[in-house]
Amino acid sequence: MLVYTAKRIVLAILVALTISMLVFSLLYLSGDPATALAGESATSDDIEKIRQAYGFDRPVWVQYLSWLGNAAQGEFGNSLYFRLPVWELILERLPTTMTLGVSAMTFAIVLSIPLGVLAAMFPNSLIDRTALFMAVVGQAMPSFWFALMLIVLFAFTWPVLPASGSDTWRHFVLPTIVLGYYATPAFMRLTRTGMLDVLSSDYIRTARAKGLRPWTVLFKHALRNAIIPVVSLAAVQFGFMLGGSVIIETVFALHGAGFLAWESISRSDFPTVQAILLLFSLLYIVLTFLADLLNAWLDPRIRVG
Amino acid sequence: MDSIRNWRRGWMGLALLAAVSAAGASTLAPTSAFASKANDTLNIAWEREQPTLDYYFQNSREGIIINRHVWDCLLWLDPKSGEFKGLLAKSYKIVDDRTFEFEIREGVKFHDGTTLTADDVVGTIQFLTKPDTGKMQNQPVAWIDRAEKTGPNSVRIYAKDTTPLALLYLSADIPIYPMAYYDKVGPEGMGVKPIGTGPYKVTEVEPGKRIVFEKNADYFKGSPKGQPKIGKIVQRTIPDVNTQIVELASGNLDWIFKVPADQAEKLETLPNITVKPASTMRIGYLTFDAAGRSGENPFQKLEVRQAVAHAIDRQAIADNIVRGGSTVVHSACYPEQFGCTQDVAKYDYDPKKAKELLAKAGYPDGFKTDIYAYRDRNYLEPMIGYLSAIGIRTDLHFGKYAATRDAIRSSKVPFAFMTWGSGSVPDVDAITTVFFGGGPDDTSMDADVQKWLAEGASTMDEQVRKTAYAKALSKIADQAYWLPLFTYPTNYAMTKDLDWTPTADEIPRFFTASWQ
Repeated sequence: MLVYTAKRIVLAILVALTISMLVFSLLYLSGDPATALAGESATSDDIEKIRQAYGFDRPVWVQYLSWLGNAAQGEFGNSLYFRLPVWELILERLPTTMTLGVSAMTFAIVLSIPLGVLAAMFPNSLIDRTALFMAVVGQAMPSFWFALMLIVLFAFTWPVLPASGSDTWRHFVLPTIVLGYYATPAFMRLTRTGMLDVLSSDYIRTARAKGLRPWTVLFKHALRNAIIPVVSLAAVQFGFMLGGSVIIETVFALHGAGFLAWESISRSDFPTVQAILLLFSLLYIVLTFLADLLNAWLDPRIRVG
Repeated sequence: MDSIRNWRRGWMGLALLAAVSAAGASTLAPTSAFASKANDTLNIAWEREQPTLDYYFQNSREGIIINRHVWDCLLWLDPKSGEFKGLLAKSYKIVDDRTFEFEIREGVKFHDGTTLTADDVVGTIQFLTKPDTGKMQNQPVAWIDRAEKTGPNSVRIYAKDTTPLALLYLSADIPIYPMAYYDKVGPEGMGVKPIGTGPYKVTEVEPGKRIVFEKNADYFKGSPKGQPKIGKIVQRTIPDVNTQIVELASGNLDWIFKVPADQAEKLETLPNITVKPASTMRIGYLTFDAAGRSGENPFQKLEVRQAVAHAIDRQAIADNIVRGGSTVVHSACYPEQFGCTQDVAKYDYDPKKAKELLAKAGYPDGFKTDIYAYRDRNYLEPMIGYLSAIGIRTDLHFGKYAATRDAIRSSKVPFAFMTWGSGSVPDVDAITTVFFGGGPDDTSMDADVQKWLAEGASTMDEQVRKTAYAKALSKIADQAYWLPLFTYPTNYAMTKDLDWTPTADEIPRFFTASWQ
């Protein structure tokens, strides 16, 4: 188990490094940062002054290594746009993103697992078909469209919830539904498939033959096993939700870390983009890593393999 | 990224149409949730986060709006009469082409209660002339050599060279700071707690999210800006224009701007909303690599450039796609700018003539070219269609602004669709000189044009300037170095309770606003 863990940690570090290199290169390919920072009306002299002031006149690899060296010491520099320490900015906005991510994940699980169980209990029934329909719609419908539909209905036609802002819990209701619904299909289908497999297995037949009550068989014996892959998926999906909340944060004016990343890309604010992506990718890696460990702990074949 | 936003906006526009229809059908006419008029609070929104409230360390339009409300400059350019008036300066005198003298108004108070002095004016200028402060506002102050106090209430500002735009800069882009406060708190402090002399003071800031302005009850009498009437302005940052629209329609906002034309038309159907289209100084244009900086290309031939000019029905695009009162532009500048004559060669829509010109240039079957662009794909696509009709096939490179402008400056672009807003400076020097004055954006490199533009920029004599610019603009049009396309109007949407009139420079002045 220790060797396995060490291997995964080294792999995680390599992935994080690769991501940071890719991000740095891609941001440079997307345009001259000095021009982006200087703004449209800037003259060539203005742009040159900014290039020198921010050190953009150095070779790209020198800039990258300099950033990497500082990052390794926990120093991520100041945002080029806000002129504030990057970590200060991220820490200020991360709670919004985390609140949204956690609430959306909770919503997705609370909605999808019972539906998945019901669909498996009554395969090919109306319940199963309804659950499948919900899954297909959830996967096919663009988040921004769904977001606006909810805004139109619940902030305009029947004004019961706010359309934008993050001041109270009510501001998180609509974004939570949009982001959570997007993650629902994967959980529901995995629960359904897992339950179908487990319910047809020998030990469930044995449990039923022993005369156990149906609910005991379902929840104590079947669901506990069928839910294992869902738990692993939840870890990964949570990382995906944090990164994927950009559009939701934009539409609902939530001012979270995802929105900060999105805007920082268009502003060529390298230090901010790098730090957020590094944070998100590390979070994603950690969650994946934990899911791997969980799987390995649950299933010894993975450790041996 | 812009294309994704446009796509999303299109879908959302449809959704909004459905919402508006539903509201109309069910007589759910939105009511003002915040009752702004009753609370004397104007709720506004814009989409861009402000990096800082320190005017000199940002470069956005929203920063300009904040500047006009929180601070005052020495002078004031009356947007109606176009006349310069003293603002913090009681009077001013142009001593010579490089020397400006100001008598500072007495008794003007900063928001922290301190009194404006000549030292604040000199100190502000001295700060701006320091080279390494990292300020973003460079162009409007680059002309200043120094400032000196010449009496208890008088200041002289010296220019490095003759600067025809000096008074414009002094009336718009050089707000005077309380230097004792600024020395103490620096740009960081001013960025979150700005202190000025302006008609509104900032009382609350949630960086990037919200700014609260309150009427400056001690605003000095006799200011040409007038006295503020509305008690409080609450600004919120809402990045998505569709969310802004719903908030406005729901009565949670009172004013928004930059509303897309199609959505503005739908908003107009709501009973409590007024939509006011207004011009901006932004124009669109096609630029050709006439100088061959990107290598040999068809646009080096005059007939090819003229063929493109005749091939595109600019009026149709302005009327049907841009809308909102957009007009076709013929000169390489915004028509209302100083020196921007429209008395130049005009190219009407004539595809037959365009084909003849192409054949004359040696391209009877047309040719293929790269075209670069960074915004407004919906305006560009019909142009590509018009070009295709005369045989010019295009390979579109659609990128970010910085990448596209960088590619032009790096001599990689034969043909591009670009726009320019002149930073709201009402003078051709802010546009024609940038693109034809011999700098890195000059793709024609015409020595005559460069000479005339330099002449125009080196004298304070208005007639001499106009003559020089007219010569330059005529040659640019004759040679079709650019194909100026159309103006870019913008749409403001607001509650019917608000009495506010937009200006052509796209700078809302809420100190002139009041409740109906």
